[in-house]
Amino acid sequence: MTTLTAARPDTGDAAGAVRRSPLGRVVDKLGGGLVQVVLIVLALFWLLPTLGLLVVSLRGDADNNSSGWWTFFTKPAQLTLDNYTNLLASGFTSSFWNTVAITVPTTVLVIGIAAMAGYAFAWIEFPGRDGLFLVVVGLLVVPIQIALIPIAKLYGFFGIFGSIPGVVLFHVAFGLPFAIFLLRNFFAGIPKELLEAARMDGASEWKIFSTVVFPLAKPAIASLGIFQFLWVWNDLLIALVFADTGAQPMTKALQSQMRQFGTNVDILAPGAFLSLIIPLVLFFSFQRYFVQGLLAGSVK
Amino acid sequence: MTDRLDGPQTPRGDGDAVARGASPGPDETPPGAQAPTATHPALADVASGEDGSTSGAPPAVATGQAAGKVAYGASGVLGPSPKIALFFLLPAFVLLGAWVIYPIVYSIWRSLYDAGGGGFVGLENYGAIFSDPSTLTTIRNNLIWVVVAPSLVTVLGLIFAVLTERIRWATAFKLIVFMPMAVSLLASGVIFRLVYEQDPDKGVANAIITSVHDVFASSSGYPGARPRENDQAPVAADQGAVVTKQPAQAGQQVMIPLVGLRPDALPDDAAGAKQASATPGGLAGTVWLDFTPGGGTVNQIDGNERGMPGITVEAVSGGAVKGTTTTAPDGTFQFAGLPEGSYEVRLPQSNFSAQFGGASWLGPALITPAIIGAFIWVWAGFAMVLIAAGLSAIPRDALEAARIDGATEWQVFRRITIPLLSPVLLVVLVTMIINTLKVFDLVFVIAPGSVQPEANVIALEMWRVSFGGGGNQGLGSALAIFLLVLVLPFMAINIRRFRREQS
Repeated sequence: MTTLTAARPDTGDAAGAVRRSPLGRVVDKLGGGLVQVVLIVLALFWLLPTLGLLVVSLRGDADNNSSGWWTFFTKPAQLTLDNYTNLLASGFTSSFWNTVAITVPTTVLVIGIAAMAGYAFAWIEFPGRDGLFLVVVGLLVVPIQIALIPIAKLYGFFGIFGSIPGVVLFHVAFGLPFAIFLLRNFFAGIPKELLEAARMDGASEWKIFSTVVFPLAKPAIASLGIFQFLWVWNDLLIALVFADTGAQPMTKALQSQMRQFGTNVDILAPGAFLSLIIPLVLFFSFQRYFVQGLLAGSVK
Repeated sequence: MTDRLDGPQTPRGDGDAVARGASPGPDETPPGAQAPTATHPALADVASGEDGSTSGAPPAVATGQAAGKVAYGASGVLGPSPKIALFFLLPAFVLLGAWVIYPIVYSIWRSLYDAGGGGFVGLENYGAIFSDPSTLTTIRNNLIWVVVAPSLVTVLGLIFAVLTERIRWATAFKLIVFMPMAVSLLASGVIFRLVYEQDPDKGVANAIITSVHDVFASSSGYPGARPRENDQAPVAADQGAVVTKQPAQAGQQVMIPLVGLRPDALPDDAAGAKQASATPGGLAGTVWLDFTPGGGTVNQIDGNERGMPGITVEAVSGGAVKGTTTTAPDGTFQFAGLPEGSYEVRLPQSNFSAQFGGASWLGPALITPAIIGAFIWVWAGFAMVLIAAGLSAIPRDALEAARIDGATEWQVFRRITIPLLSPVLLVVLVTMIINTLKVFDLVFVIAPGSVQPEANVIALEMWRVSFGGGGNQGLGSALAIFLLVLVLPFMAINIRRFRREQS
């Protein structure tokens, strides 16, 4: 995070310098035309599958069974919203709200808890700090699978198996290592003079944290928030194990329809598309923070 | 490794992280840094459409640097008491302890017990992992994943990053390639189930393949067509092909009656079958559908029997094909310019194979490559963005110096760019290896139930065994521990890299 900002002064320095990579030059010499064509084809490869999902979701069953979705280019009249109205009438909305009810609290909790821990790791000296932080770095890559059985047992014992709070807590715990890592690194980049001045003025640690450091970390928190949101919104495995039918998010609701993929396309295609609208809107509106989080957290 | 990319620098990052804060050295603070929302150039690249190939440290690699220099040297003077740290850390520690650390310990213990948890079985569950054919398949598949997918993603990301450096619509391209990362793997799975549909009228992959195939080879197959199986029939089936029983001489009429096809299965242009007019010295004949509903003479062309157009006919002598021709709409064929001699007339197997229907992506043979394709679709954008950030951080003067010394562009790329980029490439590769070890959703969603045993991977098998009907949490725990052990080396790499950046 910090070096995102640290790198900025270079922007000006390098503006006048040669700005292309060597292969970029070869490419120029070979003729940009070929590159353009190749990249257009590649872009189509990346676009077509999602476009296909959208179009399939907008066609009736009979059309989907008799012809490819690409025929809509010549016969746009076949498009209809019927699949969507049927899906919403069938109770899919409740799984949408479950997704929201899982994702929003998780994101808020992860940010709050990780910010506190990150502050301690960055700005409070305590014995074993460096070692503990290395543990956090190590936990970044621990597979979720390791906790499925033990936590299922634990939840059974406490009676929260299958409930939304159980799912949220699991997500929070596994979101923390990345969040602490990201925020601690950002906090550490804040000039110490700022904190020492505040400490000199007699401000408490909590006050420094909440009124000085946390507000300064908005860009990092935005990155983290988007990442965490998407991560939880898109999760399938945790929901599969810990959410029962009443608490299931969209991903699990859709997954249960996968078994008869052929006959359930009229549910799966619109459902999958609905589930990715909010992530896509978030992604396009805040992609800068998304990329920042990605770059800063890529030790993961 | 950051130093190599950055060049030796004074620890800035103090300055512009907090522009309005009391900055230590005023001249360190760049005038442009107004807000803490400053962006890495590579991010601006995606965000703003600038071509943005300015230099700057790749943050992925460098995050630790500023942190280490500031933080670890920072506190102390006025440091608060360590007890306060506990207050800040407690919520995180409780959650990490109960949800991550405790499960690791519990899983190790649980993996030593049987399915129900009652009987101690020692290492038997681990033995089962390495002896059961189905878990061995999952290990083999994970191995394929780890060997193939990360390197493909990294190479593709490098190519994309380099290619997009000089195009105007780089931003649009990057957004398009990057977009799948925001989408759930379940949705990606549904997307690719549609792409991989077997029927070329439904799945776009086979639609593309078959239309490309049809451009190069127009196949009008007659699946099911065959000669009669009796002594009177002049032709017989031979390993899928149809061959004449008697050798044919030049000038002779070759009659090839076939059955096994409904008359309406003939193409529209099929005309009434005719005797071929034999030219002297040439070899000619007729291929026709020798079937008249309600009768007709066997092995003879009856009034309303039609020829079979478009069939490839070969004249074979001594095992070698001496001539090839194709039947006309009335079923006649004619070899021109064959040397004297006797020939066997053969209709090769390709005439009778079913029409090319594309690859069976979701079948047992191709399922893992197909899912890896989807994985690449999802992750190529990640690699591209990280590598693009690394590319933009390479000091231009090093490249210029090499060019002035007479290095070719390829040499510069190979000898300077790639080595300078290697830390970033390593980050991408390691991240992808960890991801492929844990791959679950894509396999679970894309592989149809009947093919899932062929496509199975460790993470999926772990879920299946413990929750998806397997009911064996002892083996499930062992699989989870096995997965953790596989990830451990990469955990160590991450920790080492982080420590190096701190020092």
